[in-house]
Amino acid sequence: MARPYAAESESKEEPAVKLPEQVVRLGTVILALLVIVLSLRFFILPASFFSAQPHQAEKVVREMAKPPHYAGAASCRECHAEQFTAQSAGYHRNIACENCHGPSAQHAAGDKSAVPRVQKDREFCLACHAYNRSRPNGFPQVDPQEHNTRKQCIRCHDAHDPVPPETPKDCGGCHGRIARTKALSAHALLPCADCHKVDEQHMLHPRSALPTKPDSRESCGRCHAASATGPDVSKATVDLASHGGKYVCWECHYAHLPEGPK
Amino acid sequence: MNKREFLTDAVLFFPAAGLLEALALEAQGKELSADTATGYDPTLHWYGMGIDVDKCIGCNRCVEACKAENDVPDEPYYFRTWIERYTVRRDGKTTVECISTKPGPAKQAEPEDPSVVRTFFVPKLCNQCAHPPCVQVCPVGATFQTKDGVVLVNEKTCIGCRYCIQACPYGARYLNPRTRTADKCTFCYHRVTKGLQPACVEVCPTEARIFGDLNKLSDRLVRFQRANDISVLKPDLNTDPKVRYAQLDGEVR
Amino acid sequence: MNAAVPTALYEQLASQLSQVIGFIYPNEVETQWAILIVVYPYLTGIVAGAFILASLVKVFNVVEVQPIYRLALLTALAFMLVAPLPLQLHLGHPERAYEIYMTPQPTSAMAMFGFVYLWYLMGVLLIEVWFEYRQQLILMANRCRGILGHLYRALSLYSKDVSPEAIAFDHKASKIVTIIGIPSAFLLHGYVGFIFGSVKANPWWGSVLMPIVFLMSAIVSGIAMVMFVYIVLCLVRNEKLDMRCLDKVGLFLLVAIIVDFALEGLDYIHRLYQSEESIKILGQLVSAKLFTSLLILQVLLGMLLPLVILVLVRSKRFNEEFRKLLYFTSALLIQLGIFSMRWNVVIGGQLYSKSFRGLMGYKMELTGIESLLTAAVLLIAPFVILTVLIRLLPTRHIEEHAAPI
Repeated sequence: MARPYAAESESKEEPAVKLPEQVVRLGTVILALLVIVLSLRFFILPASFFSAQPHQAEKVVREMAKPPHYAGAASCRECHAEQFTAQSAGYHRNIACENCHGPSAQHAAGDKSAVPRVQKDREFCLACHAYNRSRPNGFPQVDPQEHNTRKQCIRCHDAHDPVPPETPKDCGGCHGRIARTKALSAHALLPCADCHKVDEQHMLHPRSALPTKPDSRESCGRCHAASATGPDVSKATVDLASHGGKYVCWECHYAHLPEGPK
Repeated sequence: MNKREFLTDAVLFFPAAGLLEALALEAQGKELSADTATGYDPTLHWYGMGIDVDKCIGCNRCVEACKAENDVPDEPYYFRTWIERYTVRRDGKTTVECISTKPGPAKQAEPEDPSVVRTFFVPKLCNQCAHPPCVQVCPVGATFQTKDGVVLVNEKTCIGCRYCIQACPYGARYLNPRTRTADKCTFCYHRVTKGLQPACVEVCPTEARIFGDLNKLSDRLVRFQRANDISVLKPDLNTDPKVRYAQLDGEVR
Repeated sequence: MNAAVPTALYEQLASQLSQVIGFIYPNEVETQWAILIVVYPYLTGIVAGAFILASLVKVFNVVEVQPIYRLALLTALAFMLVAPLPLQLHLGHPERAYEIYMTPQPTSAMAMFGFVYLWYLMGVLLIEVWFEYRQQLILMANRCRGILGHLYRALSLYSKDVSPEAIAFDHKASKIVTIIGIPSAFLLHGYVGFIFGSVKANPWWGSVLMPIVFLMSAIVSGIAMVMFVYIVLCLVRNEKLDMRCLDKVGLFLLVAIIVDFALEGLDYIHRLYQSEESIKILGQLVSAKLFTSLLILQVLLGMLLPLVILVLVRSKRFNEEFRKLLYFTSALLIQLGIFSMRWNVVIGGQLYSKSFRGLMGYKMELTGIESLLTAAVLLIAPFVILTVLIRLLPTRHIEEHAAPI
C-alpha cells in the first residue's frame, strides 16, 4: 500500500510547516498582486502621482493667472481723473465706475476696440432706485410709475454727481417706506418736522447728522395728553401720569402707524 | 525565499520607500513653496469678508458682476453669490425670496403692507470657512484651502462626485454644467492676489460688502469687526466662516 | 472642456424650479444625487445582507440554511460586481474615477470607502467564493474540454489537490474568511450609511443612527433577495425547494425586519421628541413630498405587511405551496420597501432646502445617463450576472470523483 503522501513529501527531514497547496497558490497570486501594486505605488511611479499637493499648487498658479474682467476704480482714475474728482464729493462717490460702465479691464489695458458701455436707459437706474420697501431706511427711492414716467433719468440727474434738480419737499424722497406707511395712518397729515429736528447737514451727510427723535413724553403729550388743549388735540388721549410708566411713547407705539395694521 | 526573509525585506523596504518619496517631494519642494513666480506670499494673508446687512439695497449688481468676472453660467440655477430678501411679519411668519433669480427691477412699486415689521436684503456667498466641511469630504483633494484662507476647486482633478455640494451647509456650491466639476465663489482669488477687490465688493454701491485681510492690523475688515456686533451663518455647525455679518437678523439662515 | 450644455439639463432644472414651494438657496434647485445614487446603496446593501446570511451557515452553524449557502455567496458577488457602476456613471468625470485610489483624502468617507469596497471584494468575497468552489472548479476543469476547461483551470489557480485534508482545510479557511467577512460586511454597508450620516449640513441625513439603520435594512434586503432568488431558481429548474431551509431563512428575515423596524422607528421617535429646528421642514417634507414613498411604500407595504405575513407564516400552519407564495410576496415587498427607503433617504434629503424654508422637486429623466432607463438596466444586470455565475459555479455539489482525471 503506497503511502498517500509519498509523492509530495520532501527529501528534507526537518519538520517544516507544510502549507496546503491551494494556500501556496492563492498566496502567490495575492502576494504578486500586492508586490505589483506596492512597487508601483512606492517605487516605479513618481510620488507626485499620489499626492494632491502638486495639483493644488498648480491650481493656485492657474487661478492667479486668470485675467480680471473688471479693472477696478483705481485704474479708471489714472485716465479719467476729472470724472473721478467730480464724483468724489457727490452722492455716488462710493460707486465704482464699473458698476455702471461694466467690466472694463480690456479698456483700461489700452484696447481701443473695447469701449465700456454707457447706461442711458431708465431701467438701469431703477435697479437701485425703484421703491422697494426692503431697502434700508434713508436710501433715495422713487415710484417708477409716478416719477417722470418713461423719461431717461440722466436727463435730470448727472450720473456722476446726482443732485436732484429740486430739493425734495418732504422727507419721503429718501425715507420712502416711512412716508408710505405714515400716509396710511392717523398721522398722515403730520409733517415730519413736528417730531424730528433735522439739521441742514443731514441732506449732505445723512449718517453723520442724524435727525432727532422725541425724547420726552410731553412731545406726544401735546396732542395726546388728557389735559391737552388746542385745535390739534387727538381723539385718542391718555392720562400721562398713569399710562405707560416712565417710557417715552414711541418705545411702545409706532408713531408712523400708531393704530397698527388692520 | 521563505516567509521570514520576505518579511524582513518588507520591513526595510517601506521606510526606504518613504525616504525616497520624501526626497522626491523635496526636489519638487521649490515649486510648492510659498513664493510663486509673481512674488506673492500667501502665508502673509488670511482673507475674509464683512457684510453690513443694513447697507444692502438689493440692487443685485454684485451678482451680475460676479457672473461677468468669473464666467458663471447665466442661467438662474447657478450662483456664486446671491441676494435674499427677508420679510418679517407681525404674526412671526417670515417669508424669504431670492431676488437674484428674477433679475431686473420691479415694474411697479408694491403696495404698502402694514403687517410687515422688518424687511431687508441679505447677500450670501461662500463663507470660505476656516474649518470647511466641503474640503473634509472631497475624496480626491480637488477642493482645498489655500494658505491665505481661500477655498478653491481644482477643475482638473475634480471627479464631479458632488459630495462637497452636499456637505456645504450654505448652498454655496453648484456643479458647473460646462466643466462638470464643482464650482463656487473663490473670493475672486485671481483679483485679490493682485491687490484688487473681488468683483462683488468692487461694484457694491453702498459698501455693504467689505473685503479684507484679517492678518493686517490696520485692515478695513478688522475695523469692521471692532465697530460692529458680528455674527456668522450657522455657527452651531462649527464651520468657522470667514464671512462676518453685521446687523444680521436672527431670521436669517 | 467646453462642450455645449445639454438642453435636457436646463429643461429639468426649469421644471424643478417651478416645483419649488417656499424659499430655497438658488443652487439647491439641482438635485445633486439622483436615481443612480439611490440604486447604489440598494445594490451594496444586498451584497452585505446576502453575505451575512451565508455567514450564518459557516460561523453560526445553522445547518438548515446550508442549501442556499452557495447561492447567497453568488448573489453577493453578482450584486457586488454591478454596484460600482451607478457610481461611475454618476460622476461628472468618470474617466477620473481612478483618482480616488491615487490621491485619496483620509478625511473623506467616500475616499476611504473605495478601499473598504476593494478589501471586501478582493480580500473577503472572492477568497470566500474561491475556497468554497475550489474542489468543484478542479472537478469541472477535469470534466470540461476546450475554453471552459481552461477557464476552470485558471479559476482554480491550477490547484490540483482534492485530498480530504485539502478539502478540510478549504472548509476551515472558508470559516476564517467568513469570520473576517462579517465585520467587513458590517463595515461595507455601515460605511455607506456613514457617508450620509456624517453630513452635518443635512439634518435628514446627519444622524448617529444612519449607519446602523442602513446596515440593518441591508441585511433585510439581502436575506429577502436570496430568498427570492432561491424560490425563482427552484421554479425555473423545476426542483423541489427545501422548505426547512426556507422556513429558517424566513425566521432570520423576521428577526431582521423587527430589528430594522425598531431602529428606524427609534430614529423617527427620537427626532420628533427632540424637536430640533429642522423638525418643521422635515415634517412638511414627509407629508408633502414623501407621503407615498415613505409611509405607504417603505413602512406599510415594505415593512409592516411583510412583518405581518412572516409572523402569520410562523404562527399558522399553512401548506407548503401557500407558505412559498407568502415568502415570495414578502421578499418582493421587502425589496420594494428597502428601495423606497434608499429613495427616501437620498432623494428625500434633497427635497427640502438647507435654509429650512422651502421644498423642491426631483424630476427623474426617462432616458439619459442619470435616468430611469439606466437604473432599470443596473437593477436587472445583477440577475443576468447571477445567471452566468450559477452556470459557471453550480450551487449544487456535483459528484466527487475518486481521483482526478
